[in-house]
Amino acid sequence: MKVSYYPGCSLLGTAREYDESNRAVCGALGIELEELEGWNCCGATSAHSTDDYLALALPARNLVIADGKGLDLIVPCSACFLRLKASEKKLLEMPLADFPYRGSLKVKHLLNFLAEDENIQKIQERVKKPLAGLKVACYYGCLIVRPPKVTGATEPEDPKEMDRLMAALGAEVIEWSFKTECCGGSLVLARPDIATKLVERILKMAKEAGAEALVSCCPMCQSNLETCQGESSHRTPVFYFTELLGLALGLSGVKGWLKRHLIDPRQPLREKGLI
Amino acid sequence: MSIAPQTSFLYHIEEKSGEKVSLCYQCNKCSSGCPVTFAMDFPPHVLLRMVQLGLKEKVLGSLTPWVCASCETCTTRCPNGIDIARVMDTLRQMARVAPAGAEDIPKFHEAFLNSIKARGRVYEVGMLLEYMFKTDVWAKIKSREIIKETKLGWEMFRRGKMRLFPHTIRGLEDIKKIFEHKGK
Ligand code: SF4
Ligand code: SF4
Repeated sequence: MKVSYYPGCSLLGTAREYDESNRAVCGALGIELEELEGWNCCGATSAHSTDDYLALALPARNLVIADGKGLDLIVPCSACFLRLKASEKKLLEMPLADFPYRGSLKVKHLLNFLAEDENIQKIQERVKKPLAGLKVACYYGCLIVRPPKVTGATEPEDPKEMDRLMAALGAEVIEWSFKTECCGGSLVLARPDIATKLVERILKMAKEAGAEALVSCCPMCQSNLETCQGESSHRTPVFYFTELLGLALGLSGVKGWLKRHLIDPRQPLREKGLI
Repeated sequence: MSIAPQTSFLYHIEEKSGEKVSLCYQCNKCSSGCPVTFAMDFPPHVLLRMVQLGLKEKVLGSLTPWVCASCETCTTRCPNGIDIARVMDTLRQMARVAPAGAEDIPKFHEAFLNSIKARGRVYEVGMLLEYMFKTDVWAKIKSREIIKETKLGWEMFRRGKMRLFPHTIRGLEDIKKIFEHKGK
């Protein structure tokens, strides 16, 4: 199967390990990721906070490029995903001559795509190293689910795609109530005090629920959840969901990905003999 | 004292945002779920009431739209279907000057957008440097905040998370055109 892939800017830098694990996992599942040629930044919060045209047009250019290929557009970053979906919704409601988008494809978040029945089945068949005993809290954050009229999320207050994936890998998925609480990622540079407070609340809830690690599906959330924990000695590791997929599928790149984390996530894996 | 509502401001916001702020009946659901109320001067439902009453100066000088994290919780839950996060966008766009406590937020947006304009994608290292020099670097040196930031930068670099050279996309002229049409 072939799909278009829009990595987004973070995956070229701070979230490199996410990009590497996405490509490796999809490769192992026989899914060909074709990177969108000449893609540009979606504009993120800065565009929609500043100017409506920028917020519409920056993602629109990518949509038009993808439209030409006609393959579903897979997006691993929740912020990019929402910006692309919001722009798409507007273009379909009110076509813009500058961006002739026909809507020949579906824009999908990578998590939701890999959690589709067909793909979960493929994953289940290929699990070599079940993540038995690893207690994880699935953290979805905001923009993969909200607002549902744009994202299409059917259960925006209690999404289950990542839970299903992690369970398929044999991990112990804990129940908790902060799956979709905001981590304050958009404020991390300008008001780190606010972001830190939100991150602390999320981690406290995860720990109380018995999680030893968080799992993330967004480069903004992941990096914010790591950096806001500062230097404390009781830090909670935060995996990308595709890293755990790669681990369970027995892929060779895993060690390299995990080494890039600001909070070393290898301890709980060593304890369980997973690495 | 009585307040006579000034509807022109309300209508202006409704037109610019495309959201019917007048539908708000103050149920407080938006503010109950908002994760950032502790850092706001007015919780979201109060700000919307102020828009209804036409308290223009106060609304446009409020910290609330700036510290709003764009988490979309309010928008998802409003029983009247008001896209409150969208109204926050409109207010940020109109406010031009950010009040004390939010000064660095528009500087961040500017550095971020400049990076896109220059290369089509955000080059994190360049964007962070531009942002740092836009903000009060001296205050950061004095408060030793700069040490923390430099250390974090080094930790990222060490792990291969900082690209040394930026990439410019093919088709940058499209991006230039988009920026020329800003405000359209
Ligand atoms: S949730 Fe909607 S109706 Fe209720 S106070 Fe907020 S904006 Fe008004
Ligand atoms: S979008 Fe803004 S105002 Fe609405 S709940 Fe989130 S932080 Fe609060």
